[in-house]
Amino acid sequence: MKHLLAIEQLSREEIEAILDRAESFAEVGRRDIKKVPTLRGRTVVTLFYESSTRTSSSFELAAKRLSADLVSVKAAGSSVDKGESLKDTVATLSAYDPAAIVIRHPHAGAAQMVAGWTAASVVNAGDGKHEHPSQALLDVYTLRRRLGSLEGTRIWIVGDVLHSRVARSNLIAFQRMGAEVTVCGPPTLIPRGIEELGCEVTHSLERIGEAEVVYALRMQQERMRESFVPSLREYAATFQIDTRKLNPRQLLMHPGPVNRGVELSGEAIDSPQSLITEQVAAGLVVRMAILYELLAGGERPTPISEGEGAGRPTPIGQPA
Amino acid sequence: MSLTETLDVRPGEDANLILRRATVLDPVAGIDGVHDVVIRDGAIAALAAPGEGTAEGAEIVDAEGMHAFPAFFDPHVHLRTPGHEHKEDVETGTRSAAAGGYCGILAMANTEPPVSTAADVSALREQARAGASIPVGFMATVTRDMKGEELTEMVELREAGAVGFTDDGLPIASARVMLRALQYQRLCGGTIALHEEDPELSGAGVMHEGPVSAALGLAGVPSVSESTMIARDAALAAYENARIHVQHLSAAESVEVVRAAKAAGVKISAEASPHHLCLTDEEVRSLDPHRFKMNPPLRRESDRQALIEALRDGTIECIATDHAPHQAEEKDVPFEQAAMGVTGLETAFAALHTELVLPGTIELSLLVERLAGGAAPFEIERPSLAPGSEANVALCDLAAEWTVGEDGYESRSQNSWCGGKALTGRVMVTIAAGQVAFRLRSFSLGVAA
Repeated sequence: MKHLLAIEQLSREEIEAILDRAESFAEVGRRDIKKVPTLRGRTVVTLFYESSTRTSSSFELAAKRLSADLVSVKAAGSSVDKGESLKDTVATLSAYDPAAIVIRHPHAGAAQMVAGWTAASVVNAGDGKHEHPSQALLDVYTLRRRLGSLEGTRIWIVGDVLHSRVARSNLIAFQRMGAEVTVCGPPTLIPRGIEELGCEVTHSLERIGEAEVVYALRMQQERMRESFVPSLREYAATFQIDTRKLNPRQLLMHPGPVNRGVELSGEAIDSPQSLITEQVAAGLVVRMAILYELLAGGERPTPISEGEGAGRPTPIGQPA
Repeated sequence: MSLTETLDVRPGEDANLILRRATVLDPVAGIDGVHDVVIRDGAIAALAAPGEGTAEGAEIVDAEGMHAFPAFFDPHVHLRTPGHEHKEDVETGTRSAAAGGYCGILAMANTEPPVSTAADVSALREQARAGASIPVGFMATVTRDMKGEELTEMVELREAGAVGFTDDGLPIASARVMLRALQYQRLCGGTIALHEEDPELSGAGVMHEGPVSAALGLAGVPSVSESTMIARDAALAAYENARIHVQHLSAAESVEVVRAAKAAGVKISAEASPHHLCLTDEEVRSLDPHRFKMNPPLRRESDRQALIEALRDGTIECIATDHAPHQAEEKDVPFEQAAMGVTGLETAFAALHTELVLPGTIELSLLVERLAGGAAPFEIERPSLAPGSEANVALCDLAAEWTVGEDGYESRSQNSWCGGKALTGRVMVTIAAGQVAFRLRSFSLGVAA
């Protein structure tokens, strides 16, 4: 695999290979020294045109855990502010000969375009409302750890599907792993024609009991001003997931950041059936696995045994 | 009115040619057969029996196996002048049209500044007389600077030579302003050409709203954004007994509205573009803005089929390219940010011949008729091959295979929706307003008799 641009482009086998790799990195995370030398001497650039906390920080930490040199560029305060085009920015950063460019951009297809302009591997860390493949992978990873397999699992994605790249990537990833997906939300926030992606569509939480996993999406404040919903109050009254609507066997997920009291009740977030903090932890190992698969995946996997490489300096002049 | 009464072209030498043994097809004039087309002093002097045409001093063109059609007329071209000459100008745009077999085009008015005054029209006409390869007519805006608020000085604009009026690029959002324009048309004439979409419904849409936009997470432009505006304006035109032309129809719903309006006697005509007749929104999955981002957007296969049916039954009387040149830097950006529009003059005939005629979807004669159908809605005489007519001829080799863009473009821009496509059928020679406007470099015209 050269790039990670969209879940749409991954087979079930490719998804599983990344998840298996992530499992082995989870073991590294339990050690005192959490670093492996795999990407020593190679450069990873993160290029974020949108604000992000967990995605940017986990990609950065993932690169560091793999011993890569890291350059983090944020659009605000960079030459992007001075009107530099994406193409020119990528050309500039490519001059450092990075092994990977991790990009988040407010427009669909940006990562794909960047892949055409650089020799580096490109990771899509979110492109507009299109895809967010690393999020989908970490969500599948989290669920697989909990359930063993997603085969036949009934998953409901609830909320603002229209504006959510997470919904799109997860819908595809869950189905590819064998799950049955239902999307639920007000008709104004469900994109016309989404059922052609193979999911069921409903506008009521009435049958939420059928779901084994409930995946809630972030509801943004500004949606009511564009008359997608009359008020957050009415939205919460109709679509909020709370502990009364859930039964204790159902798992609850959310990509974060959560609007407490809007899409989820506080109680539900903090309930034992919530996987939200596990999702965040999974983000790191899955993103390590993504960088590994793209940058070292063609090689024999480096055995990650105790002590090997960890903390041991490479002598100067030796190839890293 | 004949082409050059309302349109302007750089004066040149009248053609004296014989197209020897050409297959001549002009469905409107009822001509279909092999003839020597004798062109003398820029006019069709005779359709002689094959091998028997003579004219003193004329060049003889071996046109055996080639087709001579009435040259095409495109009522919807963006020449980008004034203001965006880095994309196109009168000279490159008309050269591009000549290479596509056109003998006349109408230039849209959404330039910078927009063509809103008589002085603007006069300046453009002067440029055309200095550098246009084929006759070009200029549209003026309906509203001042395309703001949709106040009417332009339509009487004066017509006196200066504006062929008609359009705010193309933008709809006229206000029904009141639209109504006033239609009322005022009684004073000055001039068809009002309409870019129909409801800005409230289109919103920030960048492609057709449907399963593909749902899959890509792109904001959609619903079909009803177009059809509801056409319905409004057809009703207003009926109310005022005014003359309107609907530009670039894209949706099945729009076809229904136009068909019903025609049946009710409304003075309405309509055009469709080659890209809407050949492509669907499935192409957008590539997220390639160079070839597949335009307004109106590519729609579903059912819409494409409805457009083809409308082309057949005459609901759509003409094909218009909506030739919209853009430079690479305006397209080398993510889909949502890219400029809208594709070029089409050089490929319209070849693309439609390849995509619609060769598979048997439509007849060659229908294509030829519709490619020249854009003149009549603007009260311009239709190009004809009947003897006595001004020579407006597209000589085409229907078997020629070529790859679009391989030899570059006559247009200053390269955002062709056909870029890289292999097409069958090519324009070899274009004669416009009696002058040889284009000849393919590899095709020698022959020798003087």
